[in-house]
Amino acid sequence: MPFLFVIPGPLRDLAGGRSEIRIDASAPTVSAALTLLGHDYPRVHDRIVTELGEVRPHINIFIDGDSFRDIGGLSAPIPHGAEILILPAVSGG
Amino acid sequence: MPVTHHVKPRHGDVLLLVGTMKGAFILRASDSRKKWEMGGPYFPGSAVYGMAYDGRYGRHRIWAGPQSMHWGALLRSSDDFGKTWTDPQGANVRFPEGAGAALANIWQITPGRDVEPDTLYCGVEPAALFKSTDAGESWNLVEGLWNHPQRPKWQPGGGGLCLHTILLDPSNASRIRIAVSTAGMYVTDDDGESWRPSNNGVRAEFLPDKHPEFGQCVHKVAQSKTQPERMFLQNHWGLYRTDDSGETWSDVANGVPSDFGFAMGVHPIDPDTAWIVPLESDGFRCTPEGKLRVYKTTDAGKHWKPMTKGLPQKEAYETVLRDALAVDSLDPAGVYFGTRSGKLFGSHDEGKSWSELVDGLPAVVSVKVARVALSKKKA
Repeated sequence: MPFLFVIPGPLRDLAGGRSEIRIDASAPTVSAALTLLGHDYPRVHDRIVTELGEVRPHINIFIDGDSFRDIGGLSAPIPHGAEILILPAVSGG
Repeated sequence: MPVTHHVKPRHGDVLLLVGTMKGAFILRASDSRKKWEMGGPYFPGSAVYGMAYDGRYGRHRIWAGPQSMHWGALLRSSDDFGKTWTDPQGANVRFPEGAGAALANIWQITPGRDVEPDTLYCGVEPAALFKSTDAGESWNLVEGLWNHPQRPKWQPGGGGLCLHTILLDPSNASRIRIAVSTAGMYVTDDDGESWRPSNNGVRAEFLPDKHPEFGQCVHKVAQSKTQPERMFLQNHWGLYRTDDSGETWSDVANGVPSDFGFAMGVHPIDPDTAWIVPLESDGFRCTPEGKLRVYKTTDAGKHWKPMTKGLPQKEAYETVLRDALAVDSLDPAGVYFGTRSGKLFGSHDEGKSWSELVDGLPAVVSVKVARVALSKKKA
């Protein structure tokens, strides 16, 4: 069940310039999908996920348009062909 | 993104590494230290609390720990004065699985002693010490400190629970001192295996027990290079000196407008000479009376005198943070400090006179100084 990560601009250098990364494997949850991303792109993974396995607080992940935090967090399911959009939150200063 | 300028330091130049809340800057000057050129911003948008220069073994390596609010903190280095920076494959400073912690920020980067040219240390938030023995390629948590039974009782200060000071004893290769806000000073005599608190005489104004074994909010400790048993300590309320390697601390707040503050530095040769920037209080962390005054002692804290020539003495409500003051190794010594309002000041005559080197930087959180040596063989 492939799915697609959409990589934000600040992380594209770490992803070999890619704006999208297609994963041709099955991932039942957001957590599993991020682990698969980390196999090929560890630098991208480390910028999104802390040592505790948590998504950094100022990062948003949308699964087919829904914030992962609203649909189960790291346990949120990844549907077949899902688009996983990673975006920096509106924060800073 | 802003255009980044670079400096081209020459052998013998003085280098200032300035970390701010929105990036890092590198300044260079000849040893006269009268005309400065600035490079940067590096890592624009990231806070850079930790910077260091590693000139050991013929290197001229700059280290920085940029922290992005979004993407976290990473340790990076440059061997060409900022033109290019390493981009490690993964997070190089990271808590091991099972530690139950995630890196929040890199507060301090300290090259090891000259006899251990591939050793580096860094202090991080949450408060922990990391060590590298391969010139920064890989890092390991110093477990002896992390597993200290008092650590669960450490409390975060206003800046977070950070390990902000690392002092390597130059005469004892197994002795390291660290300071944590808010936990106080700890020392190891066995290269990090075991640690003990070292706060005897330092008060904790904010606790019911004013003199606990640990829990003091030590803001900064500065150690004499020529007489390492002599140190000065700026506490969250309290200004101290030790002459016995930290076994006991004596109050030396003599003639200062406040014993609250953050930054301090010791003379490169004379252990009796040090500089501080007192702030009014923990409620109003600004220079007292709207006067930006660096206080200097030349008698180990028996007296402190304001050094004000060239510094604003009217409506100057400035804040100088714990790592934002540095002293170079030249004769006469140069003293440099940055403010939270983005001003950078320097003195090439030990504080007798000051010049504003830059105005308009983002909030300055760290200032480090180094002498550039380019003639030796590269590592």
